[in-house]
Amino acid sequence: MEVVLNIIILLFLLSGMFFFFVGVVGLLRMPNVFTRMHATTKCDTMGAGLVFAGLIMWQGFTFISANILLILIFVWITNPTAAHAIAKAAYQRLEAGLQLEEGDKDDLY
Amino acid sequence: MIETAVLIACIILVLLTFAGLYRAIVGPSVEDRIVAINMIATKVTAIIVMIALLTNQKFFVDVALVYALLGFITTIGLAKLLMKGKLGKWK
Repeated sequence: MEVVLNIIILLFLLSGMFFFFVGVVGLLRMPNVFTRMHATTKCDTMGAGLVFAGLIMWQGFTFISANILLILIFVWITNPTAAHAIAKAAYQRLEAGLQLEEGDKDDLY
Repeated sequence: MIETAVLIACIILVLLTFAGLYRAIVGPSVEDRIVAINMIATKVTAIIVMIALLTNQKFFVDVALVYALLGFITTIGLAKLLMKGKLGKWK
């Protein structure tokens, strides 16, 4: 039973690391602001959820795991809100023509 | 066994954070930097929780909660500053 729980925790941690890695790759390789946001916010939410779920399962049913669950819920609420705010600001600046035209592409693309 | 796995995950997260810091430094527009800083805040929250569990310092989890709050407030404030040009009331 212990071994099965350990394997499940390892799988959760590994999947969380995968999502974080995909988010960073998207942040570094995507061509403009909106696609970068698409990569990072979604993968960050998923990665944080999986990693925190693994840590909660590792800790068991304690006060600390309740605290971690609180952080997880907070991240799940605030991350899409922040992404919405950034996207709105970026879109307004794009509509106003304030963004650089060749700023959409850079040397990594 | 799990301690080693969490330690390795912590190290990987630190490396990924430094990789994302590239976009925050080089990023061609302001929004790229804000997106990168938002991502770094999420990752550092996870790192703080892992360190709290690894070192058995239980109150570090509250530090992680405060850090997540600070990252959210920073992102919202910077986005509002970009939209309005100032940090006043919403009109």
